Amino acid sequence: MRVAGKGQVDRRKPVRFTFDGRTVHGFAGDTVASALLANDVKLVARSFKYHRPRGVMGVGSEEANALVTVGRGAHQEPNVRATMQEIYDGLEVRSQNRWPSLDVDLLAINDLAAPFLGAGFYYKTFMWPKAFWERVYEPIIRRSAGLGALSGEHNEDLYEKAFAFCDVLVIGAGPAGLMATLTVARAGADVLLADEDSVLGGRLNGEREEIDGIPAVEWAADVVDELASMPNVRLMPRTTVTGAYDQGTFGALERVTHHLSGATGRPLECFWRIVAKRTILCAGAIERPIAFKNNDRPGIMGAAAVRTYLQRYCVAPGKAVTVFTNNDDGHRTARDLKAAGVHVTAVLDSRKDGPDGEGYPVIRGAEVCDTGGRKALESVSYRTVSGEENLGTDCLAVSGGWNPTVHLTCHMNGRPAWREDIQSFGPVDGMVPGMSTAGACNGTFSTLGALNEGAAKAKEAVEALGFMTNAVDLPSADDAPYNLASLWAVAGRGRAWLDFQNDVTVKDVKQAVKENFRSVEHMKRYTTQGMAPDQGKNSNMGALAVLADATGRGIPETGTTTFRPPFVPVSIAAMGAGAQGIGFAPERLTTSHDACVTAGAPMIEAGLWYRPSFYPKAGETKWRQSCDREVLMVRNAVGVCDVSTLGKIDIQGPDAAALLDLVYTNTFSTLKMGKVRYGLMLREDGTVMDDGTTARLDKDHFVMTTTTAAAGPVLRHLEYVHQCLRPELDVSMVSVTEQWAQFAVAGPKSRELLTGIVGEDVDNENFPFMGCGEITVGGVRGRLFRISFSGEHAYEIAVPARYGESLYKLLVQKAEALGGGAYGMEALNVLRIEKGFITHSEIHGRTTAFDIGMERMVSAKKDCIGKTMSERPGLYGDDREQLVGLKPVGAVKQLTAGAHLFEVDAEPVRENEQGYTTSVGFSPTFESFLGLAFLRNGRARHGEQVMMVDHLRGVTTRCEVCDPVFFDPEGGRMRG
Amino acid sequence: MRLSCPHCGERDRREFYYMGDAVALNRPDPEASDVEWDDYLHNRDNPAGVTRDLWYHEGGCGAWIVVTRNTLTHEVIATELAANVKEASE
Amino acid sequence: MVELLANTPCEGLLPITVGDVSLAEDLPMCLTILTARKGRLESCSDLLKSAHGIVMPKPNRATGTAAARAIWFGPDQAMLSGPAPNWSLQNEATVVDQSDAWAVVTLEGVSAEDVLARLVAVDLRATTFKRGHSARTVLGHMAISITRVGEQAFQIMTLRSMAKTLVHDLQRAMESVAARGYSRRV
Repeated sequence: MRVAGKGQVDRRKPVRFTFDGRTVHGFAGDTVASALLANDVKLVARSFKYHRPRGVMGVGSEEANALVTVGRGAHQEPNVRATMQEIYDGLEVRSQNRWPSLDVDLLAINDLAAPFLGAGFYYKTFMWPKAFWERVYEPIIRRSAGLGALSGEHNEDLYEKAFAFCDVLVIGAGPAGLMATLTVARAGADVLLADEDSVLGGRLNGEREEIDGIPAVEWAADVVDELASMPNVRLMPRTTVTGAYDQGTFGALERVTHHLSGATGRPLECFWRIVAKRTILCAGAIERPIAFKNNDRPGIMGAAAVRTYLQRYCVAPGKAVTVFTNNDDGHRTARDLKAAGVHVTAVLDSRKDGPDGEGYPVIRGAEVCDTGGRKALESVSYRTVSGEENLGTDCLAVSGGWNPTVHLTCHMNGRPAWREDIQSFGPVDGMVPGMSTAGACNGTFSTLGALNEGAAKAKEAVEALGFMTNAVDLPSADDAPYNLASLWAVAGRGRAWLDFQNDVTVKDVKQAVKENFRSVEHMKRYTTQGMAPDQGKNSNMGALAVLADATGRGIPETGTTTFRPPFVPVSIAAMGAGAQGIGFAPERLTTSHDACVTAGAPMIEAGLWYRPSFYPKAGETKWRQSCDREVLMVRNAVGVCDVSTLGKIDIQGPDAAALLDLVYTNTFSTLKMGKVRYGLMLREDGTVMDDGTTARLDKDHFVMTTTTAAAGPVLRHLEYVHQCLRPELDVSMVSVTEQWAQFAVAGPKSRELLTGIVGEDVDNENFPFMGCGEITVGGVRGRLFRISFSGEHAYEIAVPARYGESLYKLLVQKAEALGGGAYGMEALNVLRIEKGFITHSEIHGRTTAFDIGMERMVSAKKDCIGKTMSERPGLYGDDREQLVGLKPVGAVKQLTAGAHLFEVDAEPVRENEQGYTTSVGFSPTFESFLGLAFLRNGRARHGEQVMMVDHLRGVTTRCEVCDPVFFDPEGGRMRG
Repeated sequence: MRLSCPHCGERDRREFYYMGDAVALNRPDPEASDVEWDDYLHNRDNPAGVTRDLWYHEGGCGAWIVVTRNTLTHEVIATELAANVKEASE
Repeated sequence: MVELLANTPCEGLLPITVGDVSLAEDLPMCLTILTARKGRLESCSDLLKSAHGIVMPKPNRATGTAAARAIWFGPDQAMLSGPAPNWSLQNEATVVDQSDAWAVVTLEGVSAEDVLARLVAVDLRATTFKRGHSARTVLGHMAISITRVGEQAFQIMTLRSMAKTLVHDLQRAMESVAARGYSRRV
């Protein structure tokens, strides 16, 4: 019911939205919760397990009952707190966890079965038969117990992530936070103020009090105006700081457009990572409920929440409101209701010495022992020494005291300390380095106390950062004492709720203790108390107190469970913002990319790079047709392939050769200028790290090539060897991978192709096998390397990348004129398998130089990384699986990679495994599948037959073991 | 987590590659015993407290850095250039 | 006669303007990585000064102007942007041509800092990252060099092959910031 008053809703701006299809009228500034209460909608949700009718309970992010689903289709968002969702025209809100409707929820049958559904129910009931769990029990439980549902559609909403830096981060914009921010700002430090509410001011927005002689809410607005005008202040409303992390890093979720309708081009949410030198936590406190029989009916709310609905939204949550309190705050609610003209039936004060009523009846020493009404509260029963009485009422405002919001202080393993004076846990200094706490989250509950503490902690923080603080006048404000006599649960039979969101009652906690789950961590997991989306914000203290009582321990000895981030649920979409689609990882494109795509080549990922698989020609419908043609083209004419993705590291300095001798197994200091040598690189543990060719351009100047995948790791390794092992070496390394566009030109007609393109003579004198040198191409300076990964007479030609596309097109055009053309990764792979050349399929992290038959490349004359360990027993010898070639010789002609090898008559089981295949391909040259494999003692077994068994694909092939070099073993074609 | 690169200043952890214990600086002589090599390559303490490890500022200046930090409090106590640490030890 | 045609790294992608921020490609004539030989940073700096009028930058700084700029790139290392390097530099430094290895763009506008705050986890606020300040860091997942070259202008360099992703990521952040009508305060 809307009452008169100014509030912070704009009555000139009516807003219409729907709740379960029904149109609801509210005003700009309303939340879904305030608008529903204004329209006397009490029943807004069904509880998690028992499907009990529930209504709005609180006013902020701690709301445990009023979870709703917002939006429809792909934009549907479940489990939104009605207390946080601002309304806008066209907003669509639906209740959740009910069937068929909120009003008639047949699943409420669970409530009748409650005696069987207590703590441990699932553990005890659904044990057997085992097969039933997945097929029967889980689907049923999932349907009947739960929260809102996802749409199942792809989420098209925009999300964003961002970084922010500041001198001081102030978390929470209540009296302490505003005062702290003002103090920091006036001292000239960069300050960032984050608050999860849409309006800054915290509790001041919900209270009827004055600061400096003006209404507190106006004072707050004035401070916000001043802050907004300062260049060193950044205000972040609708931003919940969700976690405290190492070295002053905080996570924060900004709800950017949840309060707006339609596509705005703006993100829905932004996940911030904020780095602050100092932090002042002014997160306030959360009012705690009191457990009593049937304390979960719609209409039973927090007493401070009732005040906020009155002051801020001009909404009276009931026509005849009863207050149940164990502290003076409840009386404040009664006074505010009275002032707003709302009937207060009574204040039931559990204390015998509570204050007198100011125009409303007070019943001292009273405890609520039951409530009546099902879909809305109708009556309250209370007990005093003189017996039990009944009151007709439609709203019960409950105040059980306040719990400081210490969550963020605990995120780095700190434990809060019990404070007798406030009967709750409070923060301890130093729990998060660089963070101080002020106001209610520090147990300072009066407005004046919060203002003073905010200013004092801010002064401390900025002075520690070297800023001078100007005197900030401390305003005058309310300083009422906090008189409280703790009351956690009213004694009596029947279900009294602790955790409203997960349907955990006092009885459940006692049951846990009976079954010896006495540790707070065990109780939590057994009962699921505190494990709902609110993470026990409303219930942890109460449950703890009940547990302490049931185990006969004190609350401090019982301790709290661990507070972990995030403080409120954070959508994965916000944390992973920008990582969908193309944003997932950078795409590295070669200079020939567009030309390859134009030619119809499917591009495949190679690390971050994209490379062409094959180039389909007219009439080719299967990749194999293209691949076969490209292989034969290279063998018979000439092929062109972009090899720019291979890592290229420029290594220079007087000690360049010494460094190479250390990182390669073989010697490079003896390499002649203008020559290229194949090199093998080991990890220090003796396994092969990478291989490639290195060219010596000048005495102190080398260019190393790495495999595409290892380019980054190899540079890192070289820097490690230089900086960490041999810093005295005068050598520097720079990646030049991107400087050069480099193309392999391979085949018997490769020299013919290059003649006329390269300005210099390409003959055996200038460019013998494994020779290299500078060239010009149309006046552009380039490099030419006579190296081969195909076994053919071949070159790699490099020009500065800006000319890459142009040269590629020229080479392909000329190759085509010679009966050749471009070839892709598939053909490249077949060509190298035919030659027995290895890739990372073979040097996969478990193979040694011995395994690949290159142990003689480990120079005996010098040390190198990995040499000592490669000589360990077990890393060489007959027991090792050694590189061999495989040819099918039986009826089945297919080879598959990753298949296992067995002796011909052996049963193909693990114990009999002799090795495995690493690379296979169909060779059009040999008109047969060819494979590379590792086979135990394989080099001694050439000519033997083995069975290749691929259990996954169901292929069994009889093979002959042979030398891995199938094609031109003498190498005459490469050298010629 | 943030680490202070001796060159670049304080940076987010995402810029760094983690290698492991800074013992990796002390490569044994090729002729050293199996036990020494085994310790160098494989055997590591797992201290609840102060540890020294090697990080590479891969997303930054490319410096290898010795980071002294506390595994319990997550405090970063010191960061030094690995090359300097190595040269000082020779 | 063979004739090779040149493409720029951001060929066909730039310039773009979104809201109050523009992104344009820079085409310095030459890019050269200079690494001072061991223990010879000072003499290298002197030589650079006499050859090109600028000194080797201190860590996280850039010297010079658009015509000839030296950007700190790593320990004892600078990226010389602009002039072709004087051959004498080889006496004190290793000289590696990088003219084709990097995509170079300038992001400029009132909200440039806000755009970068979506992608770069380094404090680039004008109070801490002033004109001439530079950082080797990452933008999204890409290694970059970023230098403030004006009150509201940043020069960003990333590897040539990632030019398209760089433009994509920056453009998306520019659109988001523009849609917010971003101002630093409420």
